[in-house]
Amino acid sequence: MAQYGFHFDGTLCTGCKTCVLACKDVKDLPSDIAFRNVYEYGGGTWMQDASGAWTTDAFTYHVSVSCNHCDVPACLGKCPQGAISKDDETGIVTSDPEKCIGCGTCATVCPYGAPKVDKETQKSVKCDLCADRVAAGKVPICVEACPLRALDFGEIEELRAKYGEVAAVAPLPDASETQPNLVITEPVGARPAGDAAGAVMNEREIA
Amino acid sequence: MTETKEHAVSRRTFLKGSALAGLGAATMGSSLFGCAPQQGAGEGDAPAPAVDDGTQVVWTHCAVNCGSCCALQCHVKDGEIVYVESDNTGSSELGDPQLRACLRGRSIRRWLQSPDRLNTPLKRVEGTKRGDGKYEEISWDEALDTIASEMKRIRETYGDEAMTVHYASGVDAGQIQVNPVKRLMNLTGGFLNYYGTYSSAHISAAGTYTYGGGTYGSSLLTIQDGELVVMFGNSPADTRMSGAGHTHDLAAMRKATGCKVICIDPRMSDTVCGQGGEWIPIRPGTDGALCAALAYEIINNGWADEEFLHTYCVGYDEETLPESAKGKNASYKDYILGNGPDATPKTPAWAAAITQVPEQRIVDLAREMAESKPCYICQGYGSQRHSNGEITARAIMVLPQLLGQIGQPGMSDGRREGNSGIGLGMFPTGDNPVKTNLPTFMWAEAIRRGEELTALNAGVQNAEKLSSSIKFIFNYAGNCLTNQHSDINLTHEILRDESLCEFIVTSEVFMTDSAKYSDIIIPDLTSQEQISVSKDGYADNMEAVIFGQAVCEPKFERRGIYEVCADLAERLGVGDEFTDGGKTREDWMRQLYEEAREKDPDLPTWDEGMEMGVYKRKPEPIVALKAFIEDPEENPLPTESGKIQIYSEKLAQFHDTWELAEDEVVTALPEFDPGFESYVNLTDEYPLLIIGFHYKAHTHSSYANNEIIQTAAHHVAWVNPIDAEARGIEDGDTIRVFNGRGEIRIEAKVTPRIIPGAVAIPQGMWHDADMEGDKVDHGGCINTLTIYRGSPLAKANPQHSNIGQIAKA
Repeated sequence: MAQYGFHFDGTLCTGCKTCVLACKDVKDLPSDIAFRNVYEYGGGTWMQDASGAWTTDAFTYHVSVSCNHCDVPACLGKCPQGAISKDDETGIVTSDPEKCIGCGTCATVCPYGAPKVDKETQKSVKCDLCADRVAAGKVPICVEACPLRALDFGEIEELRAKYGEVAAVAPLPDASETQPNLVITEPVGARPAGDAAGAVMNEREIA
Repeated sequence: MTETKEHAVSRRTFLKGSALAGLGAATMGSSLFGCAPQQGAGEGDAPAPAVDDGTQVVWTHCAVNCGSCCALQCHVKDGEIVYVESDNTGSSELGDPQLRACLRGRSIRRWLQSPDRLNTPLKRVEGTKRGDGKYEEISWDEALDTIASEMKRIRETYGDEAMTVHYASGVDAGQIQVNPVKRLMNLTGGFLNYYGTYSSAHISAAGTYTYGGGTYGSSLLTIQDGELVVMFGNSPADTRMSGAGHTHDLAAMRKATGCKVICIDPRMSDTVCGQGGEWIPIRPGTDGALCAALAYEIINNGWADEEFLHTYCVGYDEETLPESAKGKNASYKDYILGNGPDATPKTPAWAAAITQVPEQRIVDLAREMAESKPCYICQGYGSQRHSNGEITARAIMVLPQLLGQIGQPGMSDGRREGNSGIGLGMFPTGDNPVKTNLPTFMWAEAIRRGEELTALNAGVQNAEKLSSSIKFIFNYAGNCLTNQHSDINLTHEILRDESLCEFIVTSEVFMTDSAKYSDIIIPDLTSQEQISVSKDGYADNMEAVIFGQAVCEPKFERRGIYEVCADLAERLGVGDEFTDGGKTREDWMRQLYEEAREKDPDLPTWDEGMEMGVYKRKPEPIVALKAFIEDPEENPLPTESGKIQIYSEKLAQFHDTWELAEDEVVTALPEFDPGFESYVNLTDEYPLLIIGFHYKAHTHSSYANNEIIQTAAHHVAWVNPIDAEARGIEDGDTIRVFNGRGEIRIEAKVTPRIIPGAVAIPQGMWHDADMEGDKVDHGGCINTLTIYRGSPLAKANPQHSNIGQIAKA
C-alpha cells in the first residue's frame, strides 16, 4: 500500500493562512471549522537599558497542520462507533457519516485536533487529504494554494527521503503518540515538542 | 529552492491515486474524478475543461489594491461560484511562478456572493443626513438623471475645479478601473485632480527630490549569495502576499542565496518569523535617527564610498554642495558629524535614546552593512507613513549612497523592491482641461476651505491656489471618504454639511462607511463579473497577463461603471465622444490589447489569451539606476542636478518660502526630525504611540466584511506584555484605544512581537459607530484615531503618527 502524507517547511511559512482559507473554500466549511490550522508559536521577554533602549529575545514561528493520517490514529482507536477507518491503499483516515453519532470523542482524543464535530449535521468531519483531487491527479488544495510553497504532499517514504524524519516541533505533540505521516523542515528557532518556553499565540484563531 | 514540489504527484502516484476514485465518490460525491491532471502542465496550458456536472472553470483575477493581481479559476455552476482554484499552470519555479492567490482571493466566493451586496440604485432618504445610512431604492433612470443634473448644475455654478473624482483603489487591476469616470469628467469640463496616494505619497516626494521620481528600486531577484538585506518598515510577507509576489521572491531568494534579512520595524512582522534573519525593534517614526547614526558610523570609520559620492551625488560634503549652499556647513557630512547648525553629532548613543535601538546594535549594524558586498538596502511604506515620512524616506535612501551600494546586482537604492510588468494600456481618460493638482490627502480641507489652499500652504500644483472649494465628488470603488481617510469624527462633520460639498455619488459593491456619506449610491459589478484583462501586479520574477471572463451574468440591477458613465455621457450630451462611436467595454479592451500587442508582439492573440487564461514570461531582474551608474553623463537622472540629491536646492527653496507650522520642517538635507504627534509629544494622558499596519485578513478595507477570513485571522491590537500588564489587560480582552479624536474597541493581542510603548492596529476594518451618540467605534477602524494633518512636504497622510492610550473595556 501507499501511505500519503504532508511536508511542512517552517523556514518558508509566513503564517498567511492561505492553506486554511483555500481548504475552507473547497470544502465549504463554516467559520468555526477548519481542516487545517496555522499555529503561531512564540514567546520571549523585554529588557530596557539605562538609555531607554530595548532588547528582547522574542521569537515566533508558524506551524501549519491538518490531519496527519497517522499510522496509529487516536481517533480511529477511540471511536465508539467504529466510524473511522484508514484506507488500505492510501492510508487516508476518514469518518463514515452513516456510523458517526457526533459524540466528539475523535475531536477530543486527537492530539492535533484534526477531527471536528459539525454542529449542524452532528457528524464528525475532517481532512480527507482531498481524496477526489488526488484521485484526479491533483494535489490537495492546501498544497497547491500555498503562496510560499511551504507545503508538499506525496508518499510519505518519498517525503522522508527528500526532507528528513522530523515529525514534531512545538506546539505539536511528540510524534510517538500517533506516528503522524508528516515531515517538518524546522523553522529557524524551532522549539521541541513539549517546550514550555513559548506558547500558542493565536488560540482564538484555531478552529 | 522550491523546485519540483509541484510535481509531487508523480505518474506512479497518480496511477495509484486512481484507486481513490471509489473512496472519493463515496465520501465526497466527487465531481472531479476524470479531470486531466494539471500539475506539471506547461506554461499557459489550457485551463481545466468543463466537467460533466455542468461546472465551468472561468479564469478571472482578484482586483483589490494589495498591488498584486492573482489569477483565479472559478468553478462555476448555475451562475454561482462553487469554489476557487488559483494559478496552477507552469512549473512554479522561481522565474516561472504561479500567480497563486492569497487567503483573500481564495475566499472571494463568499465575498462576491454575499447577501450584503448592493443590488439596486439608492437615494438618501429625504430628511436624513449624510452618514445616517438610510436609503431608499430608486430606478436607474432616476439615479442617472439626478447625477447628470447635479454634475451640470454644480459645474455651472462653481466651475470645473469644484468637481472631483475621489481617490480610490477598490478596483485596482484591469484596464478600466476608475477611468470611465475621469473620461466622463474630462469630456464635460474636467475636474480637480490629485497627486500622490494614501500608500506612498511621502516616499514618492522623497523619490522625486532624491532620484527624480519613482518609489521602486532593484528586484529581490538580484540578491547575491550570502549578502545582507536590510529592510526599513517593510514586510513583504504582510504587504506583498501573492504567490508570485515579493513574499515568494524573498522566501525563494533566502533559500537560494542564504542571504541574511534584517527587518527594522516596531513589529516583528511575518517576514521574520521562523525564516531566519533578525528583527531590530525600533520606536515608531524614528527610522531617520537610526539612519543618521548609521551614517555617523559609516563616515567616522572611513567606510563611506567617497568616490561614489563625489561622482554621483550632490551634497555629501562641501565639495559636492551646489554653489548656493557652499560655505554654510550645509553638507550632509557636516550635519552628521555635528558641524552643521544644530552642532549635534549623530552618534549611536544619540540615536539610541531616540530610536530605543541599543547603541551597540547600531554600531554593529553599521559595520555589518559596510562589510556586506553587496548590501541590499530597501524600505517599505511603513517608515514613511508618518508625520515625518518624506524626510525619513530620504534618510533611508542615503545609506546605500554612502556605501556606494547602488547600480549593480545585489544592490538597491533605498527605495522599495522593484517590479516588472507588461505594458497594457489603460482605458483612455482623455485630457483634463483642469490642470490644478492637489495632494490627495488634502481633499477634505478643499471641501472645508478650498479657496484658502495655495501652493505654499497646501502643496497645490500648477496653480497658485484653488479657485473653488470641492462641491461635487464622484467616488468610484473607494472607501477613502471616511474609513481609509483620517480622523473620521472630523470628516463626518465636514461631509455632513451639505452647504460645503453639495453632491456625492458613490459606485460600490457594498454599503461601506464611505458609501453612507453619499447622496446617491449605484450598485457596481465586480471585476470578476465582467470581462477583465489585467497585467500582474507587484511581482519581479515574472510578467503576466490574466484574461478574465465574467463568472456569471449581471445579477439584480448591478451595472458596470463603463456602461453607467456612457449613459451619463449621453445625458450630458457627450455620449458619442465617450463611447467613441458606440464601443462596448469589450471593444475597448480588445483595442487596448491589440495596441499593446503591436508594441509587444510576443503577447498571445486575444483569442489565444482567452483560451489560456494566463500568459506568463520571465523578465530580466531590475537593477535600479544601472544606466546612470554606468554613465552618469550620458544617462543623467531627472533631478535638478542630474545627480542623486542628498542636498536638494528645490527643498532649500521650499524651506525658505513655504508656510509651515512651528513643528513642521522641510529641509534641503535628509535630517532627522521627529514630526508632529510623535514620541516627543507623548503625555501622561496619552503615553502610547498608535500605529497601523497592513494585515492579511483584508486589503485596506476590501474583504474586511468577509467573515470567513476575519475569524481565521482576528482583528487584534498588538500590545506588548509590559504595557498590557501595567493596565491589567490580558490577551483576548476587549480594549478601548482612544485619544483626543476618538475611541475604538478592539480585541487585544498581548504579544512580545511589538516594542513596548507602541500599539499596532491593522488598518482597514470597517468603522462602526453611533455617530449620533457616543461615536465609539466598535468596528476598530484605526482612522477613528488618526490625525488629519498633512505632512510638511508631501502634505501626505501621517497615519502611523498618533498618540493615545489603551484600557480594558
